[in-house]
Amino acid sequence: MRHLIAFWEDLNISARIGLGIVVFFATCAIFAPWLAPYGESEIVGDVWEPLGGEFMFGTDQIGRDLLSRLIFGARNTMALAIVSTTVSFTMGAVLGFIAATRGGMTDQVLSRVVDVVISIPTLIASLIVLSAVGTATPTLVLVIGIIYAMPVYRIARAVAMDIEVMDYVEAARLRGEGLWWLMTREILPNALTPLAAEFGLRFCFVFLLIASLSFLGMGLQPPLADWGAMVRGNADGIAWGFMHPLLPAACIAALTIGINLLIDRWVHKASGLRDDQ
Amino acid sequence: MNNPVLAIIVPRLATGIFILFGVSVLITLGIEALSGDVCSAILGQAAEPSTVAACQAQLGIDRPLHIRYIEWLGNVLQGDFGTSLANNREVGEQIGKRLGNTLFLAVSTSIFAVPVGIFLGVIAALYRNSFIDHTISTTTLSTIASPEFFVAYILMAIFAVKLGWLPAISNVDSSMGIFERLRASALPVMTLTLVTVAHMMRMTRASIVSLLASPYIEMAKLKGLKPSRIIVKHALPNAWSPIIQVIVLNLAYMIVGVVVIEVVFVYPGLGALIVDAVLNRDLPVIQGTAMVFATAYVVLFLLADILSMLANPRLRHRR
Repeated sequence: MRHLIAFWEDLNISARIGLGIVVFFATCAIFAPWLAPYGESEIVGDVWEPLGGEFMFGTDQIGRDLLSRLIFGARNTMALAIVSTTVSFTMGAVLGFIAATRGGMTDQVLSRVVDVVISIPTLIASLIVLSAVGTATPTLVLVIGIIYAMPVYRIARAVAMDIEVMDYVEAARLRGEGLWWLMTREILPNALTPLAAEFGLRFCFVFLLIASLSFLGMGLQPPLADWGAMVRGNADGIAWGFMHPLLPAACIAALTIGINLLIDRWVHKASGLRDDQ
Repeated sequence: MNNPVLAIIVPRLATGIFILFGVSVLITLGIEALSGDVCSAILGQAAEPSTVAACQAQLGIDRPLHIRYIEWLGNVLQGDFGTSLANNREVGEQIGKRLGNTLFLAVSTSIFAVPVGIFLGVIAALYRNSFIDHTISTTTLSTIASPEFFVAYILMAIFAVKLGWLPAISNVDSSMGIFERLRASALPVMTLTLVTVAHMMRMTRASIVSLLASPYIEMAKLKGLKPSRIIVKHALPNAWSPIIQVIVLNLAYMIVGVVVIEVVFVYPGLGALIVDAVLNRDLPVIQGTAMVFATAYVVLFLLADILSMLANPRLRHRR
C-alpha cells in the first residue's frame, strides 16, 4: 500500500488522469458480464435509439444496447491487443537476443529479413495476410504478433548489443555458459526495464492497428463486440445526425491517450531527461 | 568512390534495391497463399475438378511459383501489372489513376501541414514548459493517439452534417477543376493534416529541445542572446537534418494513414482500391497495389536517410 501511495504521489496531473482512464477501462474489461446491463449480442430495442433515453448510450444499427456493447468491446479489444503485444514481445525479444549474442551469420540473416518485412506498411501487410489466412482470433493474434515482432526485434537487439559487451557477459562466456544462460540470466534482467517502457507504447500501436483492421472488416468477427467494428457498423448513422459511431471511436481514443499520458511520464523518468532550462 | 556524398548514397541505394526485391518476393508469397482457393471461390465448392483446373490454367496459376514470379517481375518492370480478376481492366491503368488521387491528397495535405507543424514545434520548443507548450503538446498527443477514423468522423459530423458546408463523401474525378476538387477532398485533407501536424510538431520540438542541451547553445545563452535568436539562428540550422527526416517520414506515414481515411470518405484513392481488392480477393490488384505502397515506403525512407545526411554540413564539405 505504501508503494502504491508513493507511486501515486510521484505522478504529475496528466499521468494521474492517464492512470485513471486505464484503470477505468481495465475495470470495465474485467467485470464486463457483471457491469453490462444487457447481453453482448442481445437485441433489446429499435435501431439507433437516441442517447439518454431508455438506454443510456442508445442502441446500435440493429438495436443492441450500445453501453453493453462498449463494455464487452473493452474486454474483447483490449484482450486481443494485450495478447498480440505479448506475442510480439516474446518473439521479438527472443530473436533480438539471439541475434545479439550469436552475432555473425545469424544476426545478418535475421536483420535482413526484418529489414524487408518492416518495409511493408503494417496495415497493408496485415490486410493481405489476414485475407489469405482468415480472421479467426488465434490467427489474428499470431499475424499481428509476427508483424509487430519486427520493430521489437530491432529494439531488443540494440539493447542486448549494449549489454553484450559488458564484462560480466564476457565472464559468463569464458565460464562456458550456453546461449540460453546468456540470454535469460545475463541479458534479460538488464534489458527488462527499457523493454517494459516500450511495451506500453507498442500496445498502443497494436491497439490502433486492431481498431483499423476491424474497422476495415478484417478484425474480430461479429457478433463479438469490437470497438473498431462498432464504428464501422454504426457509421451510416452519421449521415442521419446520429452520433453513435463516435462513442466507440472515442473509447479507442480515450484509452490510447490515457496510456500515452502515463507512459510519457514514465519514459521521462526512466531516461532521466531534463526538459527544463 | 572518393566523393564522400556518393560513398554514402551508393550503398544505401543498393540496400534499398535489395529490400524492394525482398518485399516483392514476400508479397508474391502472400498472394500465393491467397490464390490457393481463388478458383473454388469463383466457381463454388461443388465445381468439378476439371473446371477448377481449367480456371487455374486460365489465371495462369497452374505453373510453378518461381516461373510466375519471374514473369510477373519482368512485366512489372515494364509497367504491366496484369488485368484485374474483378473487372478485367488493366491493373496498371487503375493504379495510375488512383495513385494520382492519393498523391493529390498527400500533396495538398503537406502544403498545409509542413509549415504549421514546424512552426508549432519551434514555438513549443521556444516556450517549453509554458502554458502554450502544454496546450500544444497535449492537443497533438490526443490527435496522434486517436484512430484516424475518430478524427475523420468528428470532422464529418461537424462540417458535413451539422453545418453542411462540405460534402461527406469525396466524389473526385478527372473532369473536376482544381477548386471543385479541393472542396470535394477538403475533409480527408483536413483529417490527414490534423494527424500529421501532430507528428511533425512533436518530432520538431524533440529535435530542437535535444539540441538545446549542447554546449554551443549554452555558450550563446551565456553571451546573453535572446531565446528566439538562439533557436532561429543557432539551433534551427543544425535541426534541419532531423526536421527533413520528420517531413519525409510523415509522408511515408500518410501513405498508411490514408487507407483508413479514404475508406471513411469513399475517396477513390489507392488505399480504397487495396481494401476493395482484399475484400474481393482480386489478386493482381492486391499484388500491384501492395507493391506500389511498399515501394513508396522504401523510397521515402531511403530519401529521408539520404537527405538528412546531405543536410549535415560536416558531410557536404570535405576537409
